[in-house]
Amino acid sequence: MSKPREIRLSTTPAPEALAGLRLGDIVYLDGLLYTAREGVYKRALEEQANIPMELPGQSATNFHCSPAAAIREDGTFDMGAVTATASFRFAKWLPEWMAKTGAKLIIGKGGMSSKDYKSYFVPNGAIYLSTVGYGTGALLGRGIEKVEAVHWQDELGLAQAMWVIRCKRMGPFIVASDLEGNCLFERENAKIAANLERVYEGTRPAVLKRYGETDDRSDEVIG
Amino acid sequence: MISIDLIQKTAETLMDKAAIEIPEDYLTGLQAAAESEDGDLSSFVLQAMLENYKAAKEDRRAMCGDTGCPRWYVKMGNEARVEGGPVALETALRQATANATNGVPLRPNRVHPLWRTDHNNNVGIGAPEIEYGYEPGGDWIDLITVHKGGLFGTDYRMLFPSDGIEGIKRFYLDSLLAFGKRGLACQPAIIGIGLGGSKDTCMVLGKRAACLRVVGDRNPDPKIAALEDEFKELGNSIGMGAMGFVGKNMVIDCNIEVGYCHTGGMQMSVHAFCLSSRRAVARLWPGGRVEYRTDPDWFTPYQRRETIDWPTATTKAAK
Repeated sequence: MSKPREIRLSTTPAPEALAGLRLGDIVYLDGLLYTAREGVYKRALEEQANIPMELPGQSATNFHCSPAAAIREDGTFDMGAVTATASFRFAKWLPEWMAKTGAKLIIGKGGMSSKDYKSYFVPNGAIYLSTVGYGTGALLGRGIEKVEAVHWQDELGLAQAMWVIRCKRMGPFIVASDLEGNCLFERENAKIAANLERVYEGTRPAVLKRYGETDDRSDEVIG
Repeated sequence: MISIDLIQKTAETLMDKAAIEIPEDYLTGLQAAAESEDGDLSSFVLQAMLENYKAAKEDRRAMCGDTGCPRWYVKMGNEARVEGGPVALETALRQATANATNGVPLRPNRVHPLWRTDHNNNVGIGAPEIEYGYEPGGDWIDLITVHKGGLFGTDYRMLFPSDGIEGIKRFYLDSLLAFGKRGLACQPAIIGIGLGGSKDTCMVLGKRAACLRVVGDRNPDPKIAALEDEFKELGNSIGMGAMGFVGKNMVIDCNIEVGYCHTGGMQMSVHAFCLSSRRAVARLWPGGRVEYRTDPDWFTPYQRRETIDWPTATTKAAK
């Protein structure tokens, strides 16, 4: 059993730094990142609100995350744990978001499909980093140097707000796509699929079918 | 009479413990999984999780950034009396949920399904859920909080007697695989299976099987206990581990609960209690004594009674 490589990476990474990453590498991040998920995407893209940050100048890293955080009475922040939410649900907004903000690192849970990677990650020179576990919230929380700001908390609530976080050796994250659009999760699923026929031996499909299902167990289901 | 202030204070402590401290039974299960795991990536993930539990306890911060949807299970001995009655009890649990969301802090996950309104405190219409159970004898009250993740790993299907065990196995594997890919279910998990009841109670049974029984526990029906063993083994033979990477640990344990159902049906639900299996329990007595534990000990002979009467047996916690 080999140990994965560990790499430090900036949240505004140079193209060469991204080119050197391989699927399955472990990454720790330094610099500024922001959280953005459906609330922020809807507000910025569908309602055309002005994004309250200079992107990608300030940060090229979009974390699909709602932190376990509170705003204290004096206006300072109490941020405990941070972990990702599943990214495939945001495929609807991501192409436009990436074009608009120049994001190079998308961090989340579960990755996207290789089709997503090839169609809009690769042209934007971006890759996907997956959180680990899932649920290494306390470890990631230790990587927060400072909560710089929170935007749109009145409009979107604390969970959907845009949190701006300065991080120092925040991690671990796993490289789940590369600049060619290869997908770590699909690679693993293909290996597992080879065994499935044997595992399913002696089982039987339900007598009452349901519409809209797949029986192809190599199907990625998320798309 | 059990003091309402003590109930609220204890509930706040439970919220904190559930979010921060991984229960011992799950931790032991995960350590065993980490030792047996030989997939490179899934092994790395399990080691990172073990470090994460330590970091959470040391820093007193939540294990996971998604702190789930807090809910309450209240069990009362038949002689228990709460100061202010059931309405005061529910108010105290809602207040404790709000206070702890701000205090720990937890993620304010609960929003209106349509308007997405967020009160920033995990309290709203129907939230947190409060469910009840009773036990013969006893003047105590058990407060159990579970903060289960809310999105992936759960499914329901109406099966029929002709589907048989083969059909149950198929739906079990389909559920593990669909939600296990890319690790959406945050496995290895405690898998709870509900069989029978009606659609709603089948879901309740499966969820309680996942969240209110501990790793290593077995159903008292020896044939169901054998199925639990078989299903644990089956889930771990898929070849999928943490995050959906190649590995051999998908199921930390499998718990099955049953309820009598319509003669023509065989309802089935599957639930996954994740890598941050958040649960904490306290028993409160009228004199002000409080004992904390992590085993909900929910499924007593009384809860599983088959007829009008029930076998007399003391609960584990009382022993």
